[in-house]
Amino acid sequence: MTWIASIRIALRALRVNKLRSSLTMLGIIIGVAAVITMIAVGAGAQARVEEQIKALGSNLIMLLPGSVTAGGVRMGAGSRNTLTESDAYAIGREIADVPASAPHLRGAGQVVAGNNNWSTVFYGVTPDYFEARNWVIASGKGFDPADLTGAAKVALLGETVARNLFGDADPIGQVIRIRKVPFTVIGVLQRKGQSLMGQDQDDVILMPISTARNRVLGGNIARQRTVGVIFVKVREGADMKEVEGEIRSLLRQRHRLQPGADDDFTLRNLSEVLAAREESSRIMTLLLAAVASVSLLVGGIGIMNIMLVSVTERTREIGLRMAVGARGRDILAQFLVEAVTLALIGGLFGIMLGVGGSYLIAHLAEWRVELRPDSVLLAVGFAASIGVFFGFYPARKASRLLPIEALRYE
Amino acid sequence: MAEPLIVTRGLAKEYRMESYTVAALRGVSLEIAAGEFVAVMGPSGSGKSTFMNLLGCLDSPTGGEYVLAGDRVSELSGDALAAIRNRRIGFVFQNFNLLARTSAVENVELPLLYSQCPAQERRSRAMARLAEVGLAERAHHQPSQLSGGQQQRVAIARALVNDPVLILADEPTGALDTRTSFELMGLLQQLNRGGMTVVLVTHEHDIATFASRIVSFRDGHVVHDQRVEQPADALAMLRALEKEAA
Repeated sequence: MTWIASIRIALRALRVNKLRSSLTMLGIIIGVAAVITMIAVGAGAQARVEEQIKALGSNLIMLLPGSVTAGGVRMGAGSRNTLTESDAYAIGREIADVPASAPHLRGAGQVVAGNNNWSTVFYGVTPDYFEARNWVIASGKGFDPADLTGAAKVALLGETVARNLFGDADPIGQVIRIRKVPFTVIGVLQRKGQSLMGQDQDDVILMPISTARNRVLGGNIARQRTVGVIFVKVREGADMKEVEGEIRSLLRQRHRLQPGADDDFTLRNLSEVLAAREESSRIMTLLLAAVASVSLLVGGIGIMNIMLVSVTERTREIGLRMAVGARGRDILAQFLVEAVTLALIGGLFGIMLGVGGSYLIAHLAEWRVELRPDSVLLAVGFAASIGVFFGFYPARKASRLLPIEALRYE
Repeated sequence: MAEPLIVTRGLAKEYRMESYTVAALRGVSLEIAAGEFVAVMGPSGSGKSTFMNLLGCLDSPTGGEYVLAGDRVSELSGDALAAIRNRRIGFVFQNFNLLARTSAVENVELPLLYSQCPAQERRSRAMARLAEVGLAERAHHQPSQLSGGQQQRVAIARALVNDPVLILADEPTGALDTRTSFELMGLLQQLNRGGMTVVLVTHEHDIATFASRIVSFRDGHVVHDQRVEQPADALAMLRALEKEAA
């Protein structure tokens, strides 16, 4: 018997019991839709984490000043300003796998532009900072080396700051006052969105580190040339652990620490933290898909149940088909095709429902979802295999009937 | 005389129950030549249905030998038996056994579906057979829209569609009234006159008189085997019946 004939027979058999067929399909529809939606939700979460990693900068090591111990009382990280700008330059210069090593000074204050004012933070940075933290300049330009040496009063605005001070107007070329010091805006940064902690990363102003130190912050900070943080970007593919070790020994040497003495700085590998987060969101996706698969499995059992009923109900038909020349394998194929058709039609409707459901979740819950073609293929493949798997037993049962007994079945 | 179409030698069938064995057929040796019209008779439990099932390759014997058109059927596997049922034998059942919600022509096509026949040829052969049994214009009716006699004629068209050498009819008139029974027997006689071998199981004497040979079964044995010199003519009797009614 040809496949087309088998499929036509299957479709007819399914049409005969419309309600029963639709209810059986419903199990597969819900299962497939659940798998697709759950994978979309999980993939959305994963994509968010990946974006955060990108925003942070990949392969990033953060160097923080270390702790001081005063009379046996340890003061915690950052309690002593042990890191200097030259430490940052030394790391960039002397360690091979470091393309960018960016010192970073932080300050906060009121910013005024015309009639508007806004309270924000500003960072004193070097051009390396843009590379280390993956900042992209949306419009205007970045700092020149001359801006750095001359402590030029130029600033780049984060998107939030630009919007709050200038609204829709172009801020480039405008003058703003940061702690009463006038600055010329030379560029606007591309939006980065929220940080891992939910902080608005675009509520920021970047300026040359020399400008921040000498013209805005002043005082001790200007004299000591210390920095708050050094961001070190490690080359893609380099061994992070090895680079960490090199940085540590370089800084210990520069700070003249005796062997056995504690480090006076802290090394933090943020990428690792994020990688762990990514891993956990990946596991969540798998878990969601696994839970959804259970409903697909239940749908499959529904198919098996209905196919068993169908084989019993149609025993005489099977007997007749055998009497006119159907072989066991023809009967097997007929019922298998029927089960797979049921599963595949259910699968197609399930895809529609799953895609629709994903968009609905994205729209109503404002949850990020990411539809992946492979999850759709997976769901269809899964539905078809469920048809084969759960259809096989009833079909084999039918094919093993003895013609004479099947014909006489009441 | 040519090689007989059907030869059985000591054909036996036992049904094994849990604690005992029932012998339904106890060694039947019979020869049926091509072109014969044989009526198999006997009370229920006589083994006539078992014999028919064995002739129809629907069941396998537990003893003896069965040769159909030169093939030693009793030695064949399930798939080979299916092929023989498909190409050599046409079945007509008491309860018609048509597929419900399936048009007459599709019912007739069914055996061709299992013999790799292209769709177009299937349809044309099925239509030709339906025309032979006088149901060409009912081809697209479903069994539920046909009378009993028409349904049985569809079943005969189905039995004929793959050009079998043997028609096996198991109580074909059991569910029909007298008039329709005569009509149907007339059709079978007509086929027989065209050279088709027909084996018919019935418990009605009236029906058996249309055959050219009557074989009677009792307790798993053949007890009578007689030729009928002048079989009754079903169509003539049908005309007589109609005259009586008028």
